[in-house]
Amino acid sequence: MFTAFLIKYAEIGVKGKNRYLFEEALVHQIKFSLKKCEGEFEIRRTQGRIYVEALGEFDYDETVERLQHVFGISSICPMIYVEDEGFEKLCDTIVRYVGDVYPDRNKTFKVNTRRARKNYPMESMEVSAGLGEALLDVYPEMSVDVRNPEILLNVEIREKIYIYSVVIPGPGGMPVGTGGKAMLLLSGGIDSPVAGYMIAKRGVKIDAVYFHAPPYTSERAKQKVVDLAGIVSGYAGPVYLHIINFTDIQLYIHEKCPHEELTIIMRRYMMRIAERIAGETGCLGLITGESIGQVASQTLNSLAATNEVCGMPVYRPLIGFDKQEIVEVANRIGTFETSIQPYEDCCTIFVAKHPVTKPNLNVIRRHEHNLDEKIEELVKTALETEELIIVGG
Amino acid sequence: MEVYLDNSATTRVLPEVAELMTKVMCEDYGNPSSLHMKGVQAEQYLRYARETLAGLLKVGEKEIFFTSGGTESDNLALIGCAFANRRRGSHLITTQIEHPAVLQTMHYLESAGFRVTYLLVDGSGRISLDALQQAMTGETILVSVMHTNNEVGSLQPIGEAGALIKRMNPDTLFHVDAVQGFGKAKIYAKKLGIDLLSASGHKIHGPKGVGLLYVRDKVKIQPILHGGGQQMNLRSGTDNVPGAAGMAKAAELLYGHYDEDLERLRRCKSRFIEGLRRIDGVRINGLLPDGPEGEGTAPHIVSASVSGVRSEVLLHALEEKGIYVSAGSACSAHKPQPSATLRAMGAEPWMLESTVRFSFSVYTTIEEIDYTLQTMYDKIPMLRKYTRR
Repeated sequence: MFTAFLIKYAEIGVKGKNRYLFEEALVHQIKFSLKKCEGEFEIRRTQGRIYVEALGEFDYDETVERLQHVFGISSICPMIYVEDEGFEKLCDTIVRYVGDVYPDRNKTFKVNTRRARKNYPMESMEVSAGLGEALLDVYPEMSVDVRNPEILLNVEIREKIYIYSVVIPGPGGMPVGTGGKAMLLLSGGIDSPVAGYMIAKRGVKIDAVYFHAPPYTSERAKQKVVDLAGIVSGYAGPVYLHIINFTDIQLYIHEKCPHEELTIIMRRYMMRIAERIAGETGCLGLITGESIGQVASQTLNSLAATNEVCGMPVYRPLIGFDKQEIVEVANRIGTFETSIQPYEDCCTIFVAKHPVTKPNLNVIRRHEHNLDEKIEELVKTALETEELIIVGG
Repeated sequence: MEVYLDNSATTRVLPEVAELMTKVMCEDYGNPSSLHMKGVQAEQYLRYARETLAGLLKVGEKEIFFTSGGTESDNLALIGCAFANRRRGSHLITTQIEHPAVLQTMHYLESAGFRVTYLLVDGSGRISLDALQQAMTGETILVSVMHTNNEVGSLQPIGEAGALIKRMNPDTLFHVDAVQGFGKAKIYAKKLGIDLLSASGHKIHGPKGVGLLYVRDKVKIQPILHGGGQQMNLRSGTDNVPGAAGMAKAAELLYGHYDEDLERLRRCKSRFIEGLRRIDGVRINGLLPDGPEGEGTAPHIVSASVSGVRSEVLLHALEEKGIYVSAGSACSAHKPQPSATLRAMGAEPWMLESTVRFSFSVYTTIEEIDYTLQTMYDKIPMLRKYTRR
């Protein structure tokens, strides 16, 4: 029965003179997210509001679900709109609306009218009162409560007349693309897709890099990462996924450096490579799913050791999260089931039984010199042979 | 070079089979239940499929039922038999090393109130007939034993077991899961005392999505699918004509040159095992064809444990050279828990994560075997160098 949606956005309302940029980005993201929906839509931006109007048949549930993926939307109000055919007709419309939307009408309500078109022959208060009366006539079980109504019926009189009362929460955040772009280190685990989601929610466009290590990691592990990037792209828009073959670098480190430091040194090279790609592709920072103390390579000492190699800021949105909290978000955004498929990623394959938890930077640096002979060449080859997959384009 | 050594997971469909199926699907696509000419034509293919497969198993045409594959055949045999014979008893016997299609169905039947005995196997992956004899009671309504184990290729003493069961209790039914054995061994159901036998199309160069269940005449089992009453009410659902025809064609072709094929398969396996023995720290699981009781192992499966190399890593390393093998069995490769078969055989812990299965087809060549061995010689020392310390 609903034919349109009023899109409300909270945060971008306060962005001063840049506001139109944020609104345009939001309209762009809404258009993008509705592209795969059944039906055609017109998206209009007027007087600080965004309307999505369905032109003909559409799938309501699918559309709402897609809109709930668009960052920047604080709430989605499904509504109906009618031509202005006089007050009598409007009364019939609202009676029918309440009949359709609320099967149980033993509720309190209030009508709230906004008259954007001032030449409408009645004043807002009169309209509200008249419509309320009409409702009470037909549904005596309803009662009015102007302070704390269970149903708030909004009537907006513009060129057309809009009625809405249902409010569906959106994901919040800011429209993707308004905050620049950053490079996500995506591993296939539970944390990194959540980290990408959280940064994207702040309006940042996401690119990603994945390190794979055939034959130690499988084609399926890679497919899993592509799938995760796909789920993230459902929120963040198309993700450019850079796939780097890390095997030779990893084996070289394995050969030349102490085993307890393998993971740290390996991660330092991952950061270096990610930063190189990020720099070349216009990213303004790196994103990781690290959280303090979760594993040996995520103690403050270890984070300092991996952080040191990067000039770019590294964003770690999960840094203070417990595993359970991360899992909750992963479940909510739909990455958890994919993340827990049991394929090894390159961080776990050679992991030492007792990796260092408090690496000494000077020692790490010294051991890295063992790699001087070939490492630059190996990094260069890895960068040259990267595979680029555009996910969700 | 592409070398496919995962034929126990599935096989390549033969061109003749695909051709026949295309004809059935695009031209003679009728429903055998239809009364018109188109239906009658389609029925001819079903008849051909039944006759052919019945002939190869030396059973009657009316005893062949088509299903959606090995798993359904096993489910139908076990569940159908258990529920149809409930008033005679509630005890079932199987082995610890069955395919999940049997094991999980047995677990389901346990939840439905049946009692199940799981026979132990020895280090070679075979059951003992004494243990079977001891497990049998007057309550036993069904014994289910696989013909060829899918993970290590051990062959069970089917004929002896069949004779033993019938001697002890002629009413006890004997089901054989022959999904891995059909086509690699001549299995004559009646001679072996088999009442129910499962086989699958895609393991013998036929299509996926089709299998058969042999149900001996006069054996009553209950259907598990209810519907239009096709296949004498035992298996409802529109007949899978292209599938049945394809499976029959594949079997016909396979049995057409059975003896030479088997000879070649055995040569491949021997050569491969000989080659594997040259690698230190490799253990071959199950019986050896040249060892004592060498006839107790299948001609097409080699299960090898390679110390110091995890199965998945060896699998992907071989994959890089175009060689496709399996870590454990394809059916359990997705699950992190170690192989039940190897555990039942008493394998040491390191073997559980370092075992790879090679399974040949009659189209595997000696060149492919040598190439695979050479690749293993090249790769294994390197892979052993880089491991967890």
